[in-house]
Amino acid sequence: MLPFLFRRLIVALAVAIAVSALSFALMFLTGDPAIAIAGAGGRAEDAEAIRIAYGFDRPFVVQYLDWMGSALTGDFGQSIYFNIPVAEIIGNRLPVTLTLGVLSFVLALAIAVPLGVLAALRPNGILDRFALLLAVTGQAIPSFWLGLMAIVVFGVGLGWVPISGVTTWQGYLLPVMVLAYSVIPALMRITRSGMIDVLGTDYVRTAYARGLPVHTVLLRHALKNAILPLISLAAVQLGVLLSGSIVIESVFAINGLGRLAWESLLRSDLPVVQAIILILSLIYVLLTTCADILNALLDPRLRGAA
Amino acid sequence: MPKSRLNTLVSGLALFAALGVAAPVMAGKDNNTLNVAFAAEPEPLDTYKIAGRQGLILARHIYDGLLYKNLDTGEILPALAESWAYTGDLTMEFTLRQGVTFHNGAAFTADDVVETLNTVITPEYGTRYSISVDWIDSVEKIDDFTVRINMSKPFAGAVEMLADALPIYPHEYFAANGSEGMARAPVGTGPYRLVAQEPGVLYEMERFADHYAGSPKSGATIDKITVRTIPEMNTQYAELMSGALDWIWRIPPDQAARLESRVQIISAPIMRISYVGFAPTSLDGDSPVADKTVRQALIHAVNREAIVDAFAGGGSQVLNTPCNPAQFGCAQDVTAYDYDPDKARAMLAEAGYGDGFDLDMVFAAMPRPVAEAIAADLANVGVTLELNEQQYAAGVGKWRAGELPAFFSNWGSYGIGDVAFILSNFFGGGGDDMVQDADLAEWLTTADTSTDRAVREENYTKAVQKIADEAYWMPMYNFNVNYGLSSDLSFTPHPDEFARWWQASWK
Repeated sequence: MLPFLFRRLIVALAVAIAVSALSFALMFLTGDPAIAIAGAGGRAEDAEAIRIAYGFDRPFVVQYLDWMGSALTGDFGQSIYFNIPVAEIIGNRLPVTLTLGVLSFVLALAIAVPLGVLAALRPNGILDRFALLLAVTGQAIPSFWLGLMAIVVFGVGLGWVPISGVTTWQGYLLPVMVLAYSVIPALMRITRSGMIDVLGTDYVRTAYARGLPVHTVLLRHALKNAILPLISLAAVQLGVLLSGSIVIESVFAINGLGRLAWESLLRSDLPVVQAIILILSLIYVLLTTCADILNALLDPRLRGAA
Repeated sequence: MPKSRLNTLVSGLALFAALGVAAPVMAGKDNNTLNVAFAAEPEPLDTYKIAGRQGLILARHIYDGLLYKNLDTGEILPALAESWAYTGDLTMEFTLRQGVTFHNGAAFTADDVVETLNTVITPEYGTRYSISVDWIDSVEKIDDFTVRINMSKPFAGAVEMLADALPIYPHEYFAANGSEGMARAPVGTGPYRLVAQEPGVLYEMERFADHYAGSPKSGATIDKITVRTIPEMNTQYAELMSGALDWIWRIPPDQAARLESRVQIISAPIMRISYVGFAPTSLDGDSPVADKTVRQALIHAVNREAIVDAFAGGGSQVLNTPCNPAQFGCAQDVTAYDYDPDKARAMLAEAGYGDGFDLDMVFAAMPRPVAEAIAADLANVGVTLELNEQQYAAGVGKWRAGELPAFFSNWGSYGIGDVAFILSNFFGGGGDDMVQDADLAEWLTTADTSTDRAVREENYTKAVQKIADEAYWMPMYNFNVNYGLSSDLSFTPHPDEFARWWQASWK
């Protein structure tokens, strides 16, 4: 188990470094950061002053190593746009995104897994058809549209929840539901297909033949095996929820990490973008590593393969 | 996409109206609070470092300048300075108002003016727009209520700049806390003081009861102003219709028309204009637009009337000048190029481009349909426009590097009604000037540095006329801003895009 863990951590670290180097390079490809910071009314002279003030005139590699050096000591620098420490801004925005992401994830699992198991019991039965309908619509409906519709119905029309913002817990209701709905289809379908595969195997038939109750067969024998691909997928989906809720954060005016990343990209706020990318890539790497470890614990066959 | 999103939103609302479901009403009028939303995050509230309008609007409620311009009359009014005069070619003297207090209780004196201005003119301070302060050499205290500004160069825009664009900070607080401290807890003399903020997200202001008597910004009646960032315009519409917001702006024309039946929509022209700039010096002069006849033909080929009617909306009009007609010095008796594709084709043939040519054009911060309409009109005379949409920074970077023969974008002149803030940047010989016309640079320098209005007007007129004759720009149209307001609110917009909420009131 230990060599396995060690291998995974080395890969994880390499991925995080590669991502940060690539993103740093991409920022410079999208345009001169000095001009972006000078803004739409900035003259050539203003951009030049900014270029020197922020050291954008130095070679690219030097700038990257400089940033990396500070980042390794935990210093993410000052935001160019907000002129306050990056750590402070991220500290303000991260909790909202984490809350939103984790709540949506829990809600999505709580709906997707039972529904997937039930659907697998009677393929093409009425419940399976309902699950399929839910999955297809969930995949087809863009979340910004669903979000706006939810606002129209529950916020403007019925007045049950605040239209935007998360100053009260009610503010989380709509965004969590909309966000959860966007990941339910994938989670449910993989549970369903995994269960259908497992339910057709000999050992499940044997378990039934031994007269075990249905719930024991389903939960203890079948689900434990069917859950392996679900864990891998769920890890990725949680990453998506934590990093990719930009659309939902925009629609509901939630000032989380996703929107901060997007806005910072547009205004070439390099220190903020770099810090967010590093954090998100670490989260991804951590999640997939956790999933691998969990899978390895559940299935000894996987321990040598990674 | 935004349009179809609005369609769904509006039809959804119509459905609810039809079902008789009442929307809750939480109008700000009841608690005398103005609820505002911006789509973009305001910058930290140190005016000298702000580029965006959102931050500047908040800052103008918190801080005051030495002078103030009444845009309705064009008159410069005393603000923190009671009176002022040019005491030499390069010196101005100000008698300061007595009895003014800052939000933190400090008394306003000459030290505040001296400390603030002498700090922000240093290169290390990093004032965002050098044009705003680079004309100040130093500021001296004569006595407690008299200061002298020594100018580093003649600058006709000096008074415009002192009119609310260069705020005065309390000297002790500013010296101790610097730019970052001002942004964290702004302290000014303005009609509102900031009581809480979550930077970029939420700002709460309260009316400052001790705002000085005789201020040009006096008379505020609204007690509290809450400003939130709501990036999605559709969400803003929903909040406005439900009564949770009282003031939003920059609503696209098509959406404004749809909202009109449900909220109060007002539209007002602004200084910003859109243009296609041609760069004769780009690609080392080896481009069709280096030829004057070609440039003229390109303007004849584009049906700007139709484009304005279809896309610009409201009171926008086709421009013939590289400046807003509302600006001082923007003469209108210039060569105009009417829509005439046949003439365009003939001129292109005359210039040796009878078979047409390919031309690269980047557009930035302009709607794609407008760029495509221009491309379609040019295709009609044989010119193939290679359209490329980029972020403003990327586009203007290519422009300055001389890699771009044509650039379609817009310019706001910092909201100031004087062509000094547009012409000199693009034609004065600096880094953004891709024309490099020596005549223009000379006239513009003369006009920018003279304090004689007649001299300025004469030289600007010559410049504007030559730019039109040479067809260096294809001016497109002036912009409008659409505001969405609570039906209870009375608010007057201004062409400089600075919202003056201290003048707003409830009906």
